[in-house]
Amino acid sequence: MVISILDKIREFFTQEEKTDSGSSSVAKERLQFILVQDRIKLSPQQMEEMKADLVEVITRYIEVDKEKIDMDISREEEKMAMVANFPLKKQRK
Amino acid sequence: MEQGKAIVVTSGKGGVGKTTTTANLGTALALLGKKVCLIDADIGLRNLDVVMGLENRIVYDLIDVVEEQCRLEQAMIKDKRNENLFLLPAAQTRDKDAVSEVQMQELIGELKEGMDYILVDSPAGIEQGFRNAIAGADSAIIITTPEVSAVRDADRIIGMVEAEGVNDPELIINRIRKDMVDRGDMMNIDDMLEILAIDILGVVPEDEGIVVSTNKGEPIVFSNNHLAGKAFNNIARRLEGEDIPLMDLENNNSFLVKIKKFVGLN
Repeated sequence: MVISILDKIREFFTQEEKTDSGSSSVAKERLQFILVQDRIKLSPQQMEEMKADLVEVITRYIEVDKEKIDMDISREEEKMAMVANFPLKKQRK
Repeated sequence: MEQGKAIVVTSGKGGVGKTTTTANLGTALALLGKKVCLIDADIGLRNLDVVMGLENRIVYDLIDVVEEQCRLEQAMIKDKRNENLFLLPAAQTRDKDAVSEVQMQELIGELKEGMDYILVDSPAGIEQGFRNAIAGADSAIIITTPEVSAVRDADRIIGMVEAEGVNDPELIINRIRKDMVDRGDMMNIDDMLEILAIDILGVVPEDEGIVVSTNKGEPIVFSNNHLAGKAFNNIARRLEGEDIPLMDLENNNSFLVKIKKFVGLN
């Protein structure tokens, strides 16, 4: 009984500590997307086209999981870098 | 005498606190005993004089100096509270093309002879006024607030500052609200640093005291009762090479915090 009340109190005070449930994660995602376009000056459509082209080339040689491809433009020191992640499909036994 | 250091305070987006930051950092450095000259590079829209409470003392301005209507010392206004602090005001009735990048470089070069720090308050935007402001700078402070639009513009400005040969700009995140960060409704410091890939110089919490200090024309660093004032004082000491950790933004006096401490949640 006492413990459950303490838990309730604890819950009450910890509720506001929750992160990532609010709009900040939305802000971060939007910002990352916007900055990719700003940094390489490509429209979202051109990005998609480039992605499709890259996938086409890569799948000629290896099997990748197309659903999980991740591409990002980031600045490292003074240079821009495009980091692409092409997860390989699981080897069938 | 060793040459002073010229630092441009810039942001891209307007209204994020460039002028407030310039005024407070300059005052804080002067309080540390450094000789400081603030330059308002926002030609046509001067404001630094108002934030410093020196608007009634302007006789000559930056354009008068570059056009040789007066000597540099005649245009420099001595602060009313600190004799180490000077302001070179912008012209209010001219436009940004009245001064060139070369003229700004020469002006700052001259000021470096007698000053420890020259802080240049940049206008918003990425046009000529911004180029003039960074022309003579040795380093840059980028101001942002925790908003998508401000961080976006900061990213753009970081790229432009580096393209102009001013390397390793540092970031000040202004107007952060701990309560909103905690409930996930405001980007946190790490989010912004990760996105911008830049070193942090300081974090300044949102503080009503800033409005009051601007109303009065008295920089908030004179009072250590305000979190924002303390934050600016910390940043000044970091510029001086002191190793001071980022401020704990928690307001330790709030009722909830006290209770949390009591029940062992902090």
